[in-house]
Amino acid sequence: MAKDPYEMLGIPRTATAEQIKAAYRKLAKKHHPDLNPGNTAAEARFKAASAANELLSDPERRARFDRGEIDAEGQPTERAFYRQYAEGDQAGRYRSAGAEDDAFGDIFSELFRQAGNRGGPGAGAGGRAFRGQDQHFSLTIPFREAALGGSHRITLPEGSSLDVTIPPGLRDGQTIRLRGKGHAGLNGGPAGDAMIEVSVEPHPFFRRDGDDIHIDLPVTVAEAVLGGKVNVPTLSGPVSLTVPHHSDAGRKLRLRGRGIPAHGDRTAGDLYVTLQLVAGPPDAALEDALRAWAERHPTDPRAHLQEAA
Amino acid sequence: MITITTVVATVPGLTEADIWHFVEADWVRPARQGGQPVFSEADLARIQLIRDLRTALEVEEPTVPLVLSLLDQLYATRRQLRLVLETAGPELRAQLAAGFQG
Repeated sequence: MAKDPYEMLGIPRTATAEQIKAAYRKLAKKHHPDLNPGNTAAEARFKAASAANELLSDPERRARFDRGEIDAEGQPTERAFYRQYAEGDQAGRYRSAGAEDDAFGDIFSELFRQAGNRGGPGAGAGGRAFRGQDQHFSLTIPFREAALGGSHRITLPEGSSLDVTIPPGLRDGQTIRLRGKGHAGLNGGPAGDAMIEVSVEPHPFFRRDGDDIHIDLPVTVAEAVLGGKVNVPTLSGPVSLTVPHHSDAGRKLRLRGRGIPAHGDRTAGDLYVTLQLVAGPPDAALEDALRAWAERHPTDPRAHLQEAA
Repeated sequence: MITITTVVATVPGLTEADIWHFVEADWVRPARQGGQPVFSEADLARIQLIRDLRTALEVEEPTVPLVLSLLDQLYATRRQLRLVLETAGPELRAQLAAGFQG
């Protein structure tokens, strides 16, 4: 026999509809099972309050109950509560993506890391196997090493070290993954990966653009006007470049295949040389020659700018 | 497989428009089949929870996402704790129990 609905809601038999509603809401707020996931008694209390409310908020049924024609044993509405599913797989899409990513949030992943590292009592028998956490590092390497590749040893905070192979043509900000070099797994689970984010130091005169390299190359007035062979630094040592006769400052010349060397399925990049005119130290002979030349050749290289303006 | 029509028939006090509103607000995330939402048992229970929040528990519409988010975090943490204890094995569980008693 169910409890008297008035008693259940804690209201007098003369209660108004408003009072019934208010009393029910007060109990529902306290006992709703989905807000009390760890409390098994909450569901029974909430269902009893709901049944009492259903009976008393229907004027016809309330009158019949008051006359003693029916008892409080209504047909309780069958329903499921969210808490039955909330911790299961079906509710996975309601858990935040970040938390689901490694199955554990910050607190527990830290606990696992410690247990895994110790291999101590925490890694006791009978537990499930879990993959270890990825470990993140950052590394800064010189321009040249990023371009040509190489190997690097990084020392970890706990004293051990990791050998990192830098692939040729590595870009600034690229991440290298070392499988199985992260935190140890738990209960025989595989280790996580080491993720190394590599920054590339800028070079004093080389600039990267994908697989191509750019350099500003100073040339004298004589080299620009008369042309000739000059030496250009490249990643693989100096290379001779012919400056064409009568080159303007800013002229761009290309040394094919002298950029980032071929790597993987990518062909070698090019080295782009931009000529920069340097006047050199003051030279009376040069000045005299130019003065005489200028008098005989009055030209205005800016004439087209005037027209356009 | 639960269609939107079934949801409306199962959950008293809600119209089809209410259910669409829950989906559009991203409070409920049904699967899709041929462009139509398909609800799981968990989705159905969640819809009933939202109805309770709005009516019996007097949670105002703008506050519903806050309550759902806190509940989702609570349940995610409970799930994690459960997994941790499953993983722990009998030896560590006994140690923990002893630790909490002490």
